[in-house]
Amino acid sequence: MDTKEFLKLLSNGSSVSGHESRLNDEIISTFKTYADNIWIDKLGNIIILKRGTNDQSNFKIMVAAHMDEIGLMVKYIEDNGFLRFTNIGGIDPRTILGQEVIVHGNKDLFGVIGSKPPHLQEPSEINKAIKIEDMIIDIGYPKKEVEKHVSIGDPITIKRNFTSLQGNKVMGKSLDDKAGIAAMYECIKELSKINHEADIYFVSTVQEEVGMRGAFTSTYKINPDIGIAIDVGFGSTPELPKGDTIDMGKGPGITIGGNIHPGLRGKIVAVAKDYNIPFQFEVTPGPTGTDGRAMQITREGIPTLCLSIPLRYMHTSVEVIDMMDLKNTAKLLAFFMASISSENLEGLLCY
Amino acid sequence: MLLKRLTEASGVSGNEKEVRDIIIDEIRDHVDDVKVDRLGNVIAFKKGKNNHKKLMVTAHMDEVGLMVTDIDNMGLLKFTTVGGIDKRILVSKQVLVGKNKIFGVIGAKPIHLQKREEWQKALNIDQLYIDIGVNTKEEAEKLVSIGDYVLFHGQYIEFGENLVKAKALDNRVGCSLLVELLKEIEDTSFYGVFTVMEEIGLVGAGPAAYSVDPDISIILEGTLCYDIPKLDKHLIPTYLNMGPAISLVDRTTLYNMDFRNKIVKIARKNNLPYQYRKTSMGGNDSGKILTTKEGSITATLSVPCRNIHSPTSVMSKNDYNNTYKLLKAILTEYKKGEL
Repeated sequence: MDTKEFLKLLSNGSSVSGHESRLNDEIISTFKTYADNIWIDKLGNIIILKRGTNDQSNFKIMVAAHMDEIGLMVKYIEDNGFLRFTNIGGIDPRTILGQEVIVHGNKDLFGVIGSKPPHLQEPSEINKAIKIEDMIIDIGYPKKEVEKHVSIGDPITIKRNFTSLQGNKVMGKSLDDKAGIAAMYECIKELSKINHEADIYFVSTVQEEVGMRGAFTSTYKINPDIGIAIDVGFGSTPELPKGDTIDMGKGPGITIGGNIHPGLRGKIVAVAKDYNIPFQFEVTPGPTGTDGRAMQITREGIPTLCLSIPLRYMHTSVEVIDMMDLKNTAKLLAFFMASISSENLEGLLCY
Repeated sequence: MLLKRLTEASGVSGNEKEVRDIIIDEIRDHVDDVKVDRLGNVIAFKKGKNNHKKLMVTAHMDEVGLMVTDIDNMGLLKFTTVGGIDKRILVSKQVLVGKNKIFGVIGAKPIHLQKREEWQKALNIDQLYIDIGVNTKEEAEKLVSIGDYVLFHGQYIEFGENLVKAKALDNRVGCSLLVELLKEIEDTSFYGVFTVMEEIGLVGAGPAAYSVDPDISIILEGTLCYDIPKLDKHLIPTYLNMGPAISLVDRTTLYNMDFRNKIVKIARKNNLPYQYRKTSMGGNDSGKILTTKEGSITATLSVPCRNIHSPTSVMSKNDYNNTYKLLKAILTEYKKGEL
């Protein structure tokens, strides 16, 4: 499948943290062509294994991208059928007012998040953000009918249709981190064309947005020699400090900081230069807010790398990425993994 | 479907062409005269047998939206609002820019990089911009010009129990009712007028009323509906599914009581639901029609719309149908000389 098509499928689909299994079929059937084995663990992580060239005692590289997305959850049904709701994961309440949503009850129901007409507002109100607890979702049915289809605890996603913008840019909801899953797919396709010694475990992790929970358990089980997280990084926009962001269209961000193994980072930079793949540095001195954080501190500790695809407007429903950045992330990852052998591994990991 | 076509058409105040073209195309074969005046209002006349009083039925064609004011070095578009928009509903939305409807998004700063107190404040228009995916000013200038109109992107969707979600229900709902009326009513003289630029200060209605010079006017609208639970009942302007809203008073008009009572009587006689519009906020073309030339008597009939002036406005098809029935009943009485 074309990687952009796959990303569209993932972005338009729904996989709120804790409810990721809705995407299992799409992910498994898409990766199947290139995988040696695929299984789902107890928490719901999808583990996709691509074996290396030497079947005996291969070392292991784990690549993680999270399949969950931020979303909303039904909290209460009002007498007139309106839904009250709360958030799952980090949501700026200002980004959900006036949105179309899909309430995932026993069937998918269309709804809108209501707002007070401007005509009725006091001048003082207009400068305050509306709190989530003061918003409602209108699915257009009376309470009796609502109760047939919707239960407290049902997940809700913003309805957004993945769309191409100018150039190579695309927009959609939850490109954080479905762009990462798509990059893993692009990477496994690249790897099918080149030799690699390592057994590579691509993991679609669950519950990253609420505390990297899937990454902890899957890393424990796989016990890799190297862990690599693919996530998204803050794409530069005028209001953000330059130092906090990476530029759109200038390649993956390679994270530098305590979460990252310096030897591996040196190697991946060398590979990028060798293959003329554009890259940028992303500075995070402490733990990253990615699956890489979980990987690093699992078991006795795992040497970890993080790659970031630049993304604008993170955690809104109009996230923007450049498809070239996604492809370059995948390419860099593939060439890096292929460059690791049982001979050079120990040296790279040595302090 | 007419309402779908009308709501999905582009018609930000001052740029009503797409809507006007649909309307003229629909009514041309059903009216005795149709003309576009110097401001862009559509004035249609239907000739019948009655000639005691001149009736004008109006609906405004325009909708609220945005306009490009600047293009920055990164190719991001700054904008201003056209008409009354709550700036808070702009965040994290899709828009269409200019004649070629270039796709864009209005994003927001990632929550991760905000201080906690930031989310409690609404984002101002000057903090927002439209991203169409280009990297430079030069690329943007090939596609977009300062002054381009910007449209909310929103499809017409039917959902729930007989509900419709669309952008611009205020006031394509009025346009749709008036088009249907012009197509269906026979043997009754009246003017059907589709006005421009209501949302930016009732601009088209005055000149249209000046040229028609009506004795009585009925203004068709989509009006505010805010029927959320736990709000004091007297604060609820209109309810969804309780029939057409008849205006009492708004910022532009004190509606004529006799005319209003006649309409209520007609509703009762025909067993049609109705409600009063219980807020004095907002206003519409009536304000200008009322005072043009020697003045005319006006009434406003509205279809209640939740989330008005947002891309996700919601109305009930029941209300639409009942408004249409009441309108037809009023015209029947008018034909008999009872208004």
